[in-house]
Order: sequence, then structure tokens, then C-alpha cells
Amino acid sequence: MLTGEGLWFRYAPQLPWVIQAQTLAVEPGEVVGLMAPSGFGKTTLAKLLAGYLAPTKGRVSVDSQPLPRRRYCPVQLVFQNPELAVNPRWRIDQILREGHPPQMHQLDALGIHSGWLTRYPHELSGGELQRIAIARTLNSQTRYLIADEMTAMLDANTQALIWQAVLDYTRAHQIGVLVVSHDWPLVRRLCDRILDLAADQDHCTLVSGVAE
Amino acid sequence: MTTLAPPQIRAPKKQSNRRQQTLWTIGLCAFFLAAVIFSTWVIGDAGLNPVLTQRNQSPSLAHPFGTDWLGRDMLTRSLHGMSLSLRVGLLAATASAAIAALLGLAAGTLGGWVDAVICWIIDVCFSLPHLVLLILIAFAVGGGTRGVIIAVALTHWPSLARVVRAEVLQVNSSDYVQLSHRLGRSPAWVARHHMVPHVVPQLLVGLILLFPHAILHEAALSFIGIGISPHLPAIGIILAESMRHLSTGYWWLGVMPGLLLLLSVKAFDWLGENLRALLDPRTSQG
Repeated sequence: MLTGEGLWFRYAPQLPWVIQAQTLAVEPGEVVGLMAPSGFGKTTLAKLLAGYLAPTKGRVSVDSQPLPRRRYCPVQLVFQNPELAVNPRWRIDQILREGHPPQMHQLDALGIHSGWLTRYPHELSGGELQRIAIARTLNSQTRYLIADEMTAMLDANTQALIWQAVLDYTRAHQIGVLVVSHDWPLVRRLCDRILDLAADQDHCTLVSGVAE
Repeated sequence: MTTLAPPQIRAPKKQSNRRQQTLWTIGLCAFFLAAVIFSTWVIGDAGLNPVLTQRNQSPSLAHPFGTDWLGRDMLTRSLHGMSLSLRVGLLAATASAAIAALLGLAAGTLGGWVDAVICWIIDVCFSLPHLVLLILIAFAVGGGTRGVIIAVALTHWPSLARVVRAEVLQVNSSDYVQLSHRLGRSPAWVARHHMVPHVVPQLLVGLILLFPHAILHEAALSFIGIGISPHLPAIGIILAESMRHLSTGYWWLGVMPGLLLLLSVKAFDWLGENLRALLDPRTSQG
């Protein structure tokens, strides 16, 4: 289970708190939505849970173990802007092989053509690049996936295709997914339960059993 | 309604693409510069001796650059001078680029007070007038060829160091480097695979674009008399000597070596620009 207990975060001691007393948990195989308007610290919370930032107070753990500092992190974050998440001087196949190489059928499911592999990132569109960024994280070492507005800049068709492929994979491999978004219809469609940071600034409110 | 031109069916002309043109330009510039540097071994010192019967001849087939007031062949002298200047520039620019790489990397990776100190040194060097600093250093270390090399090496690194520092900071804070750490890659691996491909092209192009500055400043120092000693045929000295003869109508003494200097400097410039285009994935395949 991925848990964040009593998470507090600020960028410097003299700056205001960005995250205050947030506690949340994601079970293996569960799809959890995280909703809040802009500026509520969704991305910061996502970065805390994936180990990109260290919480000022509180702890993040996977199965009661803290996140590893040096090894492959079982919690992987997919960024909102794929252009910034890939090295512009690398070819696509090198980018895909940076972690644990994904399997061929996985690439097909995400709609990645083999012709893209020899190209540079600037030769792919944002949507195509985002599929690469997702494929990079879908491997046996990843236990939890945090999707930070992963499909916000894609059209509805591509969005559906990508989420279909991702959820098929995560269900088959019991991977917990945290969907960070402010797209209410999308979150309602995808998630087993939804956390709303805006409902109460101090506590997460659990909205369990979403009515379809 | 515009009418489209009828489709012309013809065999596509065998035309080289831009990548090939870039490669050709790089090859040609490198060949020209190498030819100038190594020309002194081929033509020897014969043209440097005075032949008093052939004084002040205008450019001809026998002497393409003419001869000077002692009957020395100006082509030989100009090539000797340019070769010396290029070698001095090469040494000084390489030393300068090494300083820039070291300080830029240190400032970018160590940060904190190291970064503050290096940035302060860069700012101080920028705030001093370039030529004054050059003259001061060249004079302080005793002038001559050694003085020129030291002065040029010590004054040309700040801009490149700043570029390297900025590149390191940018790459280090980028999402893909942070992600690389989360994918379990070690700092050394990240440095080798993420940092080097960004910093090395900057450094290489920066080094090549330093040459023109180094050569022009070397020529300038020699021109005003505190650079390379007067008996050596450096390009700055040749130009300085020609000043006395320009008013008497011996235009080739100044124009021909000047053209050679201009061409060499432009060759470096083209080399740098085309290498930059070739090394950047955004332009390398266009």
C-alpha cells in the first residue's frame, strides 16, 4: 500500500505551507482520483508521493518501507508536459530503455509505432510523446503510478485509448493508480474513489462509492 | 480561384540536402584552416629572405600577394604569419575553453558559495574593458608570444563559462534528470548520459567561436607592439608594418594579409555555426 501520512511541505522555512496535514493511501490495483482546483498543491503532493520532493513533515511509504533513494522507485510519476520529461538530445528508443525496457505488446497497446523509435522527441507530437513517457513507466518494477494531469492536453479519443491501455495494464498487474486531475467527468469515469483537496483544506474528504 | 500549375513530371534533380551541405562546409573550412596551419612546412622559409632586385612588386602570378620593400614574398610571409597566429589562437582558445569548462561545471554542480564566487569573478572580468585587460596581462607577464597566449587565455573564458554553467543548471533541474534518478540511475550515470551530451556541444562550438576572438586579439596585441616579437612574421606585425607603406600606394601589403586574416576568421565562424547545426538534433536532420 502506498501511504502518505501527515504530509506537510513548504519550499523554504520562510515560505507558506503548500501542503498541510495531508494523509492518503492507495491500495494495489486501486484507481484513486485526486481533485482540486488550480493552486491547491496537487502536483506538489504528486511529487511528494513519487519521491521527487521530500516532505517537510510526515512520511511516504510503500508497504511500510520508505521510498528508496538510489534504486528504481516503485512509485512512478507521469508528468503533465512530456516535452520536459524527455531528454531532447536522446532518441525515443533510448528514452524508453532508460528504466526497465517495456514489452513490445505494451507499446502496441499504447499505439506507439516502431517507426517512432529512431526519432528525436521534437519530431513527435505532444500526445505521441506522452505515450512514450507512459510506456517508460509501465514495467514490472512499478507498483504505483501517479498520473499528474497525464492526458490533460490530449483529445478525447486519444485520452480514451491511453487510459484503456493503462488501466488494462494496471488491473492485470495490480498496480495502484493515483489520477491527479481537475477534469471531473474523467475522474468519475476512471476512479474507484475520489479525494477532493478543496472540500476541506485541512483534511482529505473521502468520497467513496461514486454514483454512476 | 487559383489554378494549380500542371504537375511537372521529371526526374528529381540530384541535389545534395542541407545536411550534406553542412558537412561539406565543415570539411572545407577545416581543410582550409589546416592548409594554412601546415602550409609553412610545404613552402619553407625561402620566401622570407630579402631579394632586393624584386622590391615592391604588385601582385602577379609569380608573387600572388606581391613583394614588400625588401623583396620578400608577401604570400609566404602572410601564410607564415597566419600559421603562427592560428597556432597561438588554438593554444590560447583551448586553454580558455578548459578554464571555462572547469569553472562552469564547478559553478553549476557545486552551487552555493562556489557558484557565488565564480559568478562574481565572471562579472568582474566582464566589467573590465576587454582590450585593456589584455594589454595589462600581456604587459605584466613580459609580452612576447608567451604573453599573448596567457593574456588571451585568461580573458576569453567568462562568456563560455557562463554558458556552461547555465546549461548545467538547466539540465540538472530538468524533469528528465529528476526522473532519471527515480528510475534508479546513479549520479555518475546521469552525468555521463544526460549532462555530457548537452555540455560537450556547447563547449566545442564555444571553443571554435573563441578562435576568431583569440586570433583578432593576438593580431591586435602584435599590431600595437606588445605581442609577438617584431622579427617573427605574425599577421598583426605584417599589418602594422604595412601601415607605413599604404600611403605610398603599396596597397597589397595591407590588403592581401588582411584578406587572409578575414577569410581565416570567417572560416572558423562558419565552422562553428555549421557544427552547432549538425550537433543539435533540432537542426541536424533538416
